Amino acid sequence: MGQNAVNAIEVEGLVKTFGRLRAVDGVDLSVPTGSVYGLLGPNGAGKTTTARMLATLTKPDAGTARIYGHDVVQEADTVRGLVSMTGQFASVDEDITGMENLILVSRLLGFGWRDARERAQELLDAFGLEDAADRQVKTFSGGMRRRLDIAASIVITPEILFLDEPTTGLDPRSRNEVWDIVRALVASGTTVLLTTQYLDEADQLAERIAVIDHGKVIAEGTPSQLKASIGAGTLTVRLRDPEQRPHARHVLEQALGVSVEMGSDPASLLARVGDTGNVANAFSDLSQSGVELTEFALGQPSLDEVFLTLTGRPAEQDEQPADQSGTEEAA
Amino acid sequence: MSTVSPATDLPRINGRLRSALSARSRPPRANAVSASVTFGWRAVLKLKHVPEQLFDVTMFPLMFVLMFTYLFGGALEGSPRDYLQFLAPGILVQSIVMITIYTGTVLNNDLRKGVFDRFRSMPVWRPSFLVGAMLGDLLRYTIAASVVLGVALILGFRPAGGVLGVIGGTLLVMLFAFSVSWIWTMLSMFMRTQESLMFASFLVMFPLTFVSNIFVRPETMPSWLESFVDINPISWLTTATRGLMSGDPNAGDIGMVLIASVALVAVFGPLTMFFYNRKE
Repeated sequence: MGQNAVNAIEVEGLVKTFGRLRAVDGVDLSVPTGSVYGLLGPNGAGKTTTARMLATLTKPDAGTARIYGHDVVQEADTVRGLVSMTGQFASVDEDITGMENLILVSRLLGFGWRDARERAQELLDAFGLEDAADRQVKTFSGGMRRRLDIAASIVITPEILFLDEPTTGLDPRSRNEVWDIVRALVASGTTVLLTTQYLDEADQLAERIAVIDHGKVIAEGTPSQLKASIGAGTLTVRLRDPEQRPHARHVLEQALGVSVEMGSDPASLLARVGDTGNVANAFSDLSQSGVELTEFALGQPSLDEVFLTLTGRPAEQDEQPADQSGTEEAA
Repeated sequence: MSTVSPATDLPRINGRLRSALSARSRPPRANAVSASVTFGWRAVLKLKHVPEQLFDVTMFPLMFVLMFTYLFGGALEGSPRDYLQFLAPGILVQSIVMITIYTGTVLNNDLRKGVFDRFRSMPVWRPSFLVGAMLGDLLRYTIAASVVLGVALILGFRPAGGVLGVIGGTLLVMLFAFSVSWIWTMLSMFMRTQESLMFASFLVMFPLTFVSNIFVRPETMPSWLESFVDINPISWLTTATRGLMSGDPNAGDIGMVLIASVALVAVFGPLTMFFYNRKE
């Protein structure tokens, strides 16, 4: 496409305030062409606002954003020809049918009536919606709605697709369908900017992730870099007798070589584990020292934990030493 | 957990998806007319799928004609049938101008939905969304006009202006209604709820339609009221429509209506676009 030399998305110092709230507070991003880039963060972190500014739906208060070198404010119309937006709340018309939705979008993009109908039918088939073609969208399941929404976004395959929390509220099966669709899109050359609250989703799909909190990028890197920075996972231990907690905590810290936190449940202990090899030792040490357990579980790091670590809350201060293979802190 | 995929239809879908994606045909952009017509088509589809919307444009006009003809007819003109000759063009004006309010409420509701974001993120002539909504309204006006005129004819309305006079009068009313609808379109850009917009619209429309010459001849009113009625554009429209339908069109009356229509669009059109372009 001859645009490979330029980054698909280039954002510098982007700011958006709503009243006194700085929803987006100086975001910098560089998204290379042909990849899935994840914006990861909790509700209200500024992900959606960032995506909306990039899709020309909201004007930035400061900073610049370019799509293939085109400014989203000065050249909004050019940008609209390059991007498609799939919103957090389905951007399809509930009152009309699936077929009519796709004809509508096709027509608006310049297809004649007959070509629009053909394209709509082709997309309904491609997304497994042919049986629902003539039903009003309000009768669709969440997964069908999302598929229709994405279909509407690729009537003309965009250079960049913004997917705003595409799987929030979907069941696992529908979520997997959406993931497969995203993979197929990327394989066909589309660049995808994905916003999500789920580390798991960013991990599955994104080649790079920017973690956003309070409108700022607090970390950026590949999924493995991010995970390495917070350890392999969290060990949750629950004791039969809460009285034993100080003792058990000491034993665990010795065995794991990391600090162990008291959970809010008086019988629980939590530790972020860097090296899973120590976990087995920790278990046997606890048993030998006479601590009775009701739970001993090693889980993947959750987004909460990524956040706790990255935002540097007191609980995580004496975490892993900083020599973990480099998460690049955002500038 | 995520590594285990529940069974899906995807192997089948994936093949078709790839071919659907490879179809990278890119037609030339839709022009302004074609985009507006497409949005008009959407409005018609909504009427098809949510026919309840038609209650407003059928039941109210029907009620108005029947109610006022028989309520006031005997008292004002001696008989309902005689009064109807005077009332019919006016009640047409009232019915159509009243339903312009729905333009605003429908739009206000539309603007809050996710699909509006999709339209705004597409490379489409921006006003086409509004123009299309108004094209859809023309269909509502036509339906309402047919109901009013149909019932009036059945009850004994015999316009001397004939078919042409009636059509001419109706077109004038629709043109004015289209112009008035820009007021509600503008308000719909910043009113927070449909209810508040509805309330504001009725607050304007009730006095304008009732304190006019639609129901009663202004000569019978106190002079201060009469002078308001005389400068009320709804009165101009009613007079011009009566003229057209009774076969006695008055260029001056029609001209006043045309000027008022142009003025409404000239003021509220740009204001609407100003607020529309700033919507986020």
